[in-house]
Amino acid sequence: MKIAVVVFPGSNCDVDLYEALHTVCRADVEYVSHKQKSLAGFDAVMLPGGFSYGDYLRSGAIARFSNIMPAIIEFANEGKLVFGTCNGFQILTEAGLLPGALKQNNSLKFICKTVELEVVNNQTPFTSLYEANEHIKLPIAHADGSYYAEKDVLEKLEENGQIVFRYAGENPNGSLNNIAGITNEKGNVLGMMPHPERAVEALLGNEDGLRLFRSLLANGKKTEEAAR
Amino acid sequence: MINVRIFVTYKESVFDPQGETITEAIHSLGHSDVKQVHVGKFFDVQVDSSKENVEKTISEISEQLLVNFNLETYHYEIMEEA
Amino acid sequence: MIATEMSPQEIKSKKPYLEWGLSEKEYNYICEKLLKRLPNYTETGLFAVMWSEHCSYKKSKPVLREFPSKNERVLQGPGEGAGIVDIGDGQAVVFKAESHNHPSAVEPYEGAATGVGGIIRDIFSMGARPIAALDSLHFGEINQARTKYLINEVVAGIGGYGNCMGIPTVGGEMTFDECYTGNPLVNAMCVGLMEQKDMQVGRAKGIGNAVMYVGAKTGRDGIHGATFASADFSDEKETQRSAVQVGDPFMEKLLMEACLELTNKHADWLVGIQDMGAAGLASSSCEMASKAESGLELTLDNVPQREPKMSAYEIMLSESQERMLLCIRAGFEEDVEKLFENYGLEAVVIGRVVEGHQYLLKHKDRVVADIPVSSLTDDVLEEESQEKVPLRILQTRENQNWIPQINDVGETLRKMLQQPTIASKKMFTQTYDSQVRTNTVVGPGSDAAVLRIRGTKKALAMTTDGNGRFVYLDPKIGGKMAVLEAAANLIASGALPLALTDCLNYGDPNDPEIYWELHQSVLGMAAACRALNTPVISGNVSLYNENNGEAIYPTPMVGMVGLVKELKYAVPSFVQQQGDLVFIVGNTEEDFAGSELQKMITGEIKGNLNDVDVAQMSSRMMKLLSAMKKGLVKSAHDLSEGGLAIALAETTFGTKCGLDIKTHLNGEELFSETPGRFVVTVAPESQKLFLDEIQDEEVTYVGTVTNNKKLTVAYENGQFDLDLKKAEGLWEEAIPCLMKSKD
Repeated sequence: MKIAVVVFPGSNCDVDLYEALHTVCRADVEYVSHKQKSLAGFDAVMLPGGFSYGDYLRSGAIARFSNIMPAIIEFANEGKLVFGTCNGFQILTEAGLLPGALKQNNSLKFICKTVELEVVNNQTPFTSLYEANEHIKLPIAHADGSYYAEKDVLEKLEENGQIVFRYAGENPNGSLNNIAGITNEKGNVLGMMPHPERAVEALLGNEDGLRLFRSLLANGKKTEEAAR
Repeated sequence: MINVRIFVTYKESVFDPQGETITEAIHSLGHSDVKQVHVGKFFDVQVDSSKENVEKTISEISEQLLVNFNLETYHYEIMEEA
Repeated sequence: MIATEMSPQEIKSKKPYLEWGLSEKEYNYICEKLLKRLPNYTETGLFAVMWSEHCSYKKSKPVLREFPSKNERVLQGPGEGAGIVDIGDGQAVVFKAESHNHPSAVEPYEGAATGVGGIIRDIFSMGARPIAALDSLHFGEINQARTKYLINEVVAGIGGYGNCMGIPTVGGEMTFDECYTGNPLVNAMCVGLMEQKDMQVGRAKGIGNAVMYVGAKTGRDGIHGATFASADFSDEKETQRSAVQVGDPFMEKLLMEACLELTNKHADWLVGIQDMGAAGLASSSCEMASKAESGLELTLDNVPQREPKMSAYEIMLSESQERMLLCIRAGFEEDVEKLFENYGLEAVVIGRVVEGHQYLLKHKDRVVADIPVSSLTDDVLEEESQEKVPLRILQTRENQNWIPQINDVGETLRKMLQQPTIASKKMFTQTYDSQVRTNTVVGPGSDAAVLRIRGTKKALAMTTDGNGRFVYLDPKIGGKMAVLEAAANLIASGALPLALTDCLNYGDPNDPEIYWELHQSVLGMAAACRALNTPVISGNVSLYNENNGEAIYPTPMVGMVGLVKELKYAVPSFVQQQGDLVFIVGNTEEDFAGSELQKMITGEIKGNLNDVDVAQMSSRMMKLLSAMKKGLVKSAHDLSEGGLAIALAETTFGTKCGLDIKTHLNGEELFSETPGRFVVTVAPESQKLFLDEIQDEEVTYVGTVTNNKKLTVAYENGQFDLDLKKAEGLWEEAIPCLMKSKD
């Protein structure tokens, strides 16, 4: 299974995703520039955190127009795995691959800290190695992480089991329904504000994010074997 | 050249923490008569086009880029014809 | 916009240079001795900025020579963008700190943000990837709206820039004293990591090689920022306070990635690289020429400009942010253009290295400056300064020191935990991304931050420290203490101190008392540097920190970096396990002058400091480090503001443990601030080996780690119990509470 980490101008967690996959999970991973137009040869694509295009206008709003975006949209529509964390999540909502939007935190401040999350749905290719309703801890680091969607959209997310992660302790940013991460209807696109890639090594004090990458790799492998 | 000012604001139902904070600050200045503040942004755009076409351009750029319809809405004013 | 520039004659008669910070004596010297003619408008402007204290160090140079700047590990000392230290395996650590006090006092968000931006450029200009940022912030008491505004905006500016750049802000310090109310101190430090083979210097040499400009366009922002930084504030001058630049961290992120690609992959194209910082294109270009003893010819029409009709003077002196100057080997100009274009950036040839040593500027087919490079960089008139011992110090020498009397020690400790300088700074530090790039092993809130070096067993520890109170009472002893405190923070983390950078923040050096403070404190710092073998490899001087004639405490900030040879021997500052034994390393004396306790009880800072034996302290620290390297120490925390009592409480915060302590000290001495002390915990089975290793008479066993959240202290004349859960709450809530209160 080969994974692409897309680098936009201003991405800054690209290295963290790469290292989590390459060094910790020993996965086959490659950086892909925003200028490229194809994702041929890749089985999953990841959109890193950071400040693409300086987060000018709105977080993620300008990255949506980069060369690589049509390929990502096509990739998602083919049912392949797409994952976005933090700025990656913001880009996925701006691009319409995920519903809703991410607003400025209620505190109006950037917040970097570890928060408690509930794994609401462990039946996704990204979360299968977590227990149902398991509580985990992951770092957040964002200024615009308050999830917003209209009422009917929220209801649909709840009904379809598209809410994958919810803030379990305090709600750090004002997200509606305590939403920390959601998938699209098909379940192959996951966006989340917390940073699992920052929690993959005991040395740095937290390994709760590791199973997200392991889940994805295990499920990717299964799909590959099935295809064979 | 036509100058257009596009205003982008949160939809009414969306909580505006900046507006909220500013309202509080205004109250602490003693202006209890100020009941609510909503924060928005505006874009001053110079369009080199005819009056007939300018509206189409403005709605296209607003809808494709400047506005996130999940949260925001917009209106615009044609300021002057230069 | 300057429509008609003054002629050389008009300059001579109308003396605009006085406004720009050039004295009449200097102007005459330039006319009569250096040029033997009258300088034109642009040339006069160049002299004014290049001869400002900010660029020339004309005031502080004689004093700075006191610092040791070399040892066996130093690869690059002061004089380049940043200092470089060998850390083995072909790698090096690069670091520097810089003050941005004046811009931050005027426009705190942009002032702090561009301070961070500037120091980051200094690091990547050396060919190093910035891996961490730290800061040292000193504000007035949190009791007025203006101070709260300054704090919020400065913190937001630091976070705004660093977070966007993806450089973790991992540590720093923040203190509060009346004297900083009108003139806060905003010092930023950046640490970078590099392969020694990628080392770069800011040099323009080789006749015919190109001078290339990269990054943001030049606007009229920040003209005369360097001279502005060298003048003191008074309220009448409010209108002159317009020299603040606006930062664009997104542009800088692109610029950094492009420059690192150039320095690390195409070293053969590159001759030299330098940040356009204070005094912009003027200082970067003539410093690059001066260091290589080259001549330079620049065509200013080619400088990318953001605003129309800029004059040569404005182009040269602009302090627009996010710009770098490169010297590129002839023939590689197009390759460089392409490299930068790939990042969406402009790279433009604006001139060439030429024969001779002249600095020749052309604009609109006119020669606008034609002067020897050295006249700007080397011929500065060094100023002799008068020194005088301040009256307050002479008077204090006669007096007895203040000795506190405390009735309720437990209650005093609770109050002390809520003093802003001691209380938790989490509400600020959690607005900084301290983890991005996933190397942060220990982040904000510890003695020192610790970052692992990927692919090795090593780690770097780093800290910033500056305690103006001690320096104010006795500059020499206070100077020693500033360096020792930084070293102690590194030692407590299990790191060997390597070297340091500094920001010397003082008042008006033309005041003989202030110059004396500067000189004495540097002597003290230098003595401690020599004892610890930690040379000063970079830094800056910020003078004229005054507001309406009132100077700040003399505040030298020390930024120090240490090496942890094997990460598994890094030591946390928090207690680890029930049953571990608690020791105090270092004896406690009656050191209450300048202490937090004195400030809390009496509201002032007063008295004589006891001298410190830097050799003894250094040897104690090395012994402790060697015990750590043998895995004999479970946790260590350096004793600073608030002394032993505060340190004991702090080591338990965030853990499930408490402490049961018995000491021969009296209740007051629990708050004494004798420097060079540590509270360490040791596993019972390691006790003997630990004591053998330390072999210090000044090690005292004081108790054990417990599993209840309680701090029980039996002291000479009483005992108290502190509910640590409640105490931690007080400590965490103190600053948020002050920041929220309405006044």
